[in-house]
Amino acid sequence: MIELENVAYSYSGGELLSDISLKLAPGSFHFLTGPSGSGKTTLMKLCYGALLPTAGHVRLFDTDVRALTRDDVAQLRRRVGVVHQDCQFLDHLSVSENIALPLHVSGRSSEAAGEDLGDLLHWVGLTERANALPAELSGGERQRAALARAVIMSPDVILADEPTGNVDWEMSQRLLRLLIELNRMGKTVLIATHDLSLIRATKAHVQARVLRIANRRIQLAGADL
Amino acid sequence: MRGPLDKIRRALKFDAQADRVVPPSGFTAQLTLFAAGAMAFLAVFALALSLASGRLAERWGEELARSATIRIAAPSDQRQAQTDAALRILETTRGIAQARALSDEEQAALLAPWFGEGLELAALPVPRLIEVIETSEGMDAAGLRLRLAAEVPGAVLDDHSRWRAPLVKAASRLRLLGWAAIFLIAAVTAAMVTLAANAALAANAQLIAVLRLVGAKDDYIAHAFIRRFTLRALFGAAAGMALGMIAVVFLPRGGDEAASFLTGLGFQGSHWLLPLLIPPLAAAVAFGATRMAAKRTLEGLS
Repeated sequence: MIELENVAYSYSGGELLSDISLKLAPGSFHFLTGPSGSGKTTLMKLCYGALLPTAGHVRLFDTDVRALTRDDVAQLRRRVGVVHQDCQFLDHLSVSENIALPLHVSGRSSEAAGEDLGDLLHWVGLTERANALPAELSGGERQRAALARAVIMSPDVILADEPTGNVDWEMSQRLLRLLIELNRMGKTVLIATHDLSLIRATKAHVQARVLRIANRRIQLAGADL
Repeated sequence: MRGPLDKIRRALKFDAQADRVVPPSGFTAQLTLFAAGAMAFLAVFALALSLASGRLAERWGEELARSATIRIAAPSDQRQAQTDAALRILETTRGIAQARALSDEEQAALLAPWFGEGLELAALPVPRLIEVIETSEGMDAAGLRLRLAAEVPGAVLDDHSRWRAPLVKAASRLRLLGWAAIFLIAAVTAAMVTLAANAALAANAQLIAVLRLVGAKDDYIAHAFIRRFTLRALFGAAAGMALGMIAVVFLPRGGDEAASFLTGLGFQGSHWLLPLLIPPLAAAVAFGATRMAAKRTLEGLS
């Protein structure tokens, strides 16, 4: 599904990631962890084509990202739901319009998605807040709205970068339960987080693998977590 | 097979949701409207100037080129004889359609603006004038001058070329300047829309990033901006053109047909339809400018 082969990424300052090989199989659940600044977000961006590797190969759905045109990348992002750390919205549109945005930009009519949208809002517990503006939402509500937006296209893969970064423990548990549910529906999930207790709490519910970035390389962390 | 027309049609297709994606921008929108309107207003006058000077150049060129004047300045007792001799020469000269001596009354009318009515021509040594109308092939002015010099010593041929040429040249140059002004107006409109579009794109960088993240293609994002600026330019230019046309309608008109250049400024006949092309052209310019600006900006983003 997403495959990295000897991937390296350098900023002008120097190499951030090197010799990374990784394969996300369909239906798998992965955590990506590591200290701040270790390159978690960069690795996530490599996984949805926002960055191109400076060495090695990234294959998304069996296509090398270097061979993708800008439109191909757009097309690809309809199959990859991304939850950003600072979940960005269009601040002048309501929550429900923001969540439905991927449908509009891909030319699907919003009427057909009306019922799905209702279900989705209910699922993330934002039914009451559907007409609010993003600025009026709390941190947890923003994260749930971002998750809803990421899954409305029914993507094959969900990439979440610090989805629990700005929310309390209870809310992060709730978000995680939503992600676990998605994984049970067969979606591939990759979550970047530095919160080890969150990882531990999750492992009780789902078979999750933990990838750790250390010294610019990626290691499969054992069961010791 | 997607032709360019199809692309334009798709780009301008009304899509309420897509229009809502880009937040409204009150003040800059009004500036774009105003600038497009002002440019269209100026374009109407540049067009009027070009067309009027074009007409003038053509009229002067054609009418004057086919006429000449012979002045018979001779003592009054020889004047009639020399006039008859000159007319005889003219009859046998190739390229002359018609030659006619002006009557005393006609000459008095010509002099009236300078000397007032009731002028007694007989009291003055006024030369006799012969009006010469050439055929379309034209005459050999130099040859005619030689013959006149030999047989009619008091005759002077004036084929008007001395003062006609610079006037025609000036009118043509004026027409050229008018078209250059129209071209510059179009270029300034393009520059202005490009600046406005770049500002809008920069102000909405985060919005563009979000749209890219949720899978919007460049075309979708670009069209949201293109539609906006094209329509602004169209409506602004339409208003400016309407005001410009009204102003031209109310320009004072000169009475006589040899109307001076100033009173001749304006449109005639089907030329009134030409300014109607200004709004669509402004829209086309805005379309192209926004498209290029959006393409450049978007290609710089991930």
